[in-house]
Amino acid sequence: MIGLPHFLVLAAVLFCIGLYGALTRRNAIVILICIELMLNAVNIALAAFSRYVTPVALTGQVFVIFIMVVAAAEVAVGLAIIISIYRNRETVNADKIDLMKW
Amino acid sequence: MGTAIAFWILAVVVVVAALGVIVQKNVFRVALALIVCLVAVAGLYVLLSADFLAAAQILIYVGAISVVIILAIMLTQQFAHGSPPNRLRLPALLVSAVLLALLVFAVLATHWNTVDAPPASPTTAVLAEKLFGGNGFILPLEISAVLILSVVIGAIVMAREK
Repeated sequence: MIGLPHFLVLAAVLFCIGLYGALTRRNAIVILICIELMLNAVNIALAAFSRYVTPVALTGQVFVIFIMVVAAAEVAVGLAIIISIYRNRETVNADKIDLMKW
Repeated sequence: MGTAIAFWILAVVVVVAALGVIVQKNVFRVALALIVCLVAVAGLYVLLSADFLAAAQILIYVGAISVVIILAIMLTQQFAHGSPPNRLRLPALLVSAVLLALLVFAVLATHWNTVDAPPASPTTAVLAEKLFGGNGFILPLEISAVLILSVVIGAIVMAREK
């Protein structure tokens, strides 16, 4: 019988894989992709709570919709920034983008 | 029984695709692994009887976000350099493993007050009532419209040629 803990553990695994990728990759686009993985893990957890704790009210699914909106906005702005940086500095390597580093 | 089989298949696909995202060297293959992962997550939404979320996941993530990501990968032409890891590999692995252990422990040690009521089906009517109804989420919905508008303007301003 598949229950709430199954989905929550799966969400935790996906979140931690995304966290590892976001911390270790150098390519800025791959960092954004890993952040997408983490957002999807949170969405799975919210949808699972919505299904098993409030199956009729569906408030969790509304939160998922808003997270999707914010994730789409984040990807659009993030990729615009990355393309702008690439045009100026010819690289998307996060270690080389150190203009604002002391 | 069928639900359990579907869940385990989708869980394996999600985890393998996510591992593919973090181990692949080629940036383009990373994006393809992300798409596989997103489609499997849409399958999980179907299992959770969230039909609208599954459709929105396919439309927004698989349809729009992954196309934008692949476009950005092609515009930045970094296939040759790949996606090398930085020096933080060991500390990051440690942090992720400890966080995963803590989360799994917390999930398994908590007694969840689950309800056995059958889920709402279809969910679109309930969601529309929540989003547009009287004391629902109408204000955040309007604010998200403003957010999308500012994102469109901001992305155009930042990405265009000077």
